[in-house]
Amino acid sequence: MIPNAFGAEPEIAVATVAAAPGLRRPPLRWRSKLESIVIPGGVILVSMILFGLFVALQGVDPLEVFASIKKASFGSWFSFQNTLLRAAPLMLCALCTAIPLRLGLVVIGNEGALVIGGLCATAAGLQVQTAPATTVHVIMAAAGMATGGLWIMIVGALKQYRGVNETISSLLMNYVAIALLNQAVNSWMKDPESLNKPSSYPIPDDKMLQPFGETQVHWGLVFGILYCLVAWFLIHRTTFGFQIRRSARMSAPPASRGWRSGPVTLITCFIAGAAPGLAGMVEVAAIHGRANESLNAWYGYTGILVAFLARQNALACIFVSLILGGLLASGGILQRAHHLPDATILVFQGIVFMTILYSESLYGRFKFFREEAA
Amino acid sequence: MSDTLGLWGVPVAVLAGAVRGGTPFLFVSTGECLTEKSGKINLGLEGVLLMGAMSAYAISYQTGSPWVGLLAAGGAGLVLGFIHAWLAQQPKVNDIAVGIAMIIFGSGLAFFLGKPFIQPLAPQLPSLDFGAWSGNPAIQSALKVCPLFFVGVAIAVAMNWFFKSTRWGLFVRAVGDKPDAARAMGISVWWVRTCSVMAGSALAGVGGAYLSLFYPGSWTERVSGGQGMIAVALVIFGRWNPVQCLWASLLFGGAQALGPALQSVGVNSYYYLFNASPYILTLLVMILTCSDKRQLAGQPGALGTGQ
Repeated sequence: MIPNAFGAEPEIAVATVAAAPGLRRPPLRWRSKLESIVIPGGVILVSMILFGLFVALQGVDPLEVFASIKKASFGSWFSFQNTLLRAAPLMLCALCTAIPLRLGLVVIGNEGALVIGGLCATAAGLQVQTAPATTVHVIMAAAGMATGGLWIMIVGALKQYRGVNETISSLLMNYVAIALLNQAVNSWMKDPESLNKPSSYPIPDDKMLQPFGETQVHWGLVFGILYCLVAWFLIHRTTFGFQIRRSARMSAPPASRGWRSGPVTLITCFIAGAAPGLAGMVEVAAIHGRANESLNAWYGYTGILVAFLARQNALACIFVSLILGGLLASGGILQRAHHLPDATILVFQGIVFMTILYSESLYGRFKFFREEAA
Repeated sequence: MSDTLGLWGVPVAVLAGAVRGGTPFLFVSTGECLTEKSGKINLGLEGVLLMGAMSAYAISYQTGSPWVGLLAAGGAGLVLGFIHAWLAQQPKVNDIAVGIAMIIFGSGLAFFLGKPFIQPLAPQLPSLDFGAWSGNPAIQSALKVCPLFFVGVAIAVAMNWFFKSTRWGLFVRAVGDKPDAARAMGISVWWVRTCSVMAGSALAGVGGAYLSLFYPGSWTERVSGGQGMIAVALVIFGRWNPVQCLWASLLFGGAQALGPALQSVGVNSYYYLFNASPYILTLLVMILTCSDKRQLAGQPGALGTGQ
């Protein structure tokens, strides 16, 4: 079949194939719905038990640790704000993995797209720093999204036209992006006054993204939620989204190449990469105020975890990001209250990630969740 | 270094860097090569490298013997390798995703357990001095070679022989190329893959021990600097051939030394970009050699297909 972005023929073929097994399915499919609730719930329970055992081995009461995590992430309005602050970049980063997964591509260039987006947003913002604040923000956001999008589009294009493995190339491009950031803040953009931590010149204070009212919460959270909603709508409710989802079905092994159409891949990758690019802009414009190595804060790698935990669903990314944002926010209290190193949260994330991956193999394994064949 | 050698310091530093900085690459790439030959990808070697570095340093500090530390690093690699092998072989589980999970878990565990060992000094691995003939201290220090380098070279050569000329090597290649055919031959795909992933992971653990016990020779959270991540790229670079992985490792080690060497002679305009040269190099090689029409020469048939 010839790969064609808007070809009608393949769609009909897929539609028939996909519909065939479900023809005589009973109308209410509660068993499979229940499966998709019970298994993720089990994942959380099992990983909490595993993590609890790990903490107990260190001589710390796991129940107290969980109580501290809850307190530090959702315990008070103040700590919840901290959670929201961390959830915002996570949502945007997660989309960078979640959207291309719909095409059947495992892209892990989130960190690189965030860094390059933040760097270019800073460069653009510094150029127009005398303009009104809103103009500065729009230009910074456009620059961040465009460069982040192009960054991941390169990955998609290499896959599409040269067959270069997208996971490896996006991983390598993370390092290239971080090197570009270090190079820029140490030479072209270096503020001579930043001695300990080489940084770019700062964005003027009155041109920063301001928090809402008395809170610490800023526009980043709104951007994150909106982007997730739009991405969900695009994937599930538009013809373009149908083409994306079709690609994933068709690219199933062994025919792993040749089905995905070029324009769909490139546009999807651009949309995916623009999200962490925007996160980079928000990190600069709302938090750091300048580009430096703080941009490289592992939000990208945690975003990969969010995307898998949300099973590539853009709406679920919002909720999962809130949970993981809370987890990240509780790193400090574990150190202060229980003398556990900050890496404890990393261990917890690793355990959760491994349990989720194992749970993928459980879908369809239990007879109870199978719909009765009429 | 450049004080005494002038511009000659650059090639000397690059050659020394190829051997010194290339050794961990050598261990992770031969390990990854063995893993991938059996048909699975292990992207999580970064976590293994960190765990290896941490456990080698901690055990060396506590027992006073770096060689026991080396064993501990290999053991840590075996354990993480087993987890990876077991998870990656579950139905419908993507081995690349497992690798990312193992990066997070392995580095988290290494940072967690290694926190108390950041300060103290652990006994280091001995070095062989080949530079005693020279009066020049720069050349002397460049020719201090860790015995692990020669072990790594021997492993690369032996692995090549193993794949080409032994029965077990044939099993590994069969499982990696045509799992169904291997199953029909009566080979247990599960066992061959588990053993290959575990052995490869143990090699990466030893590479981590080299980092903390020889060069740079201390345990910090930044000790690996992403070296485990590019193991996968190195193997593509070396076309799934252990001896070519050896050359690729030396090349990457040398490329890594280029930035600091140029800085030492006063060329520091693109220092940070030079540091990224191994990654850019791999990307370029992949772009030039990959094709959307066929697999790369030497690539195991089952790699990345989920079979």
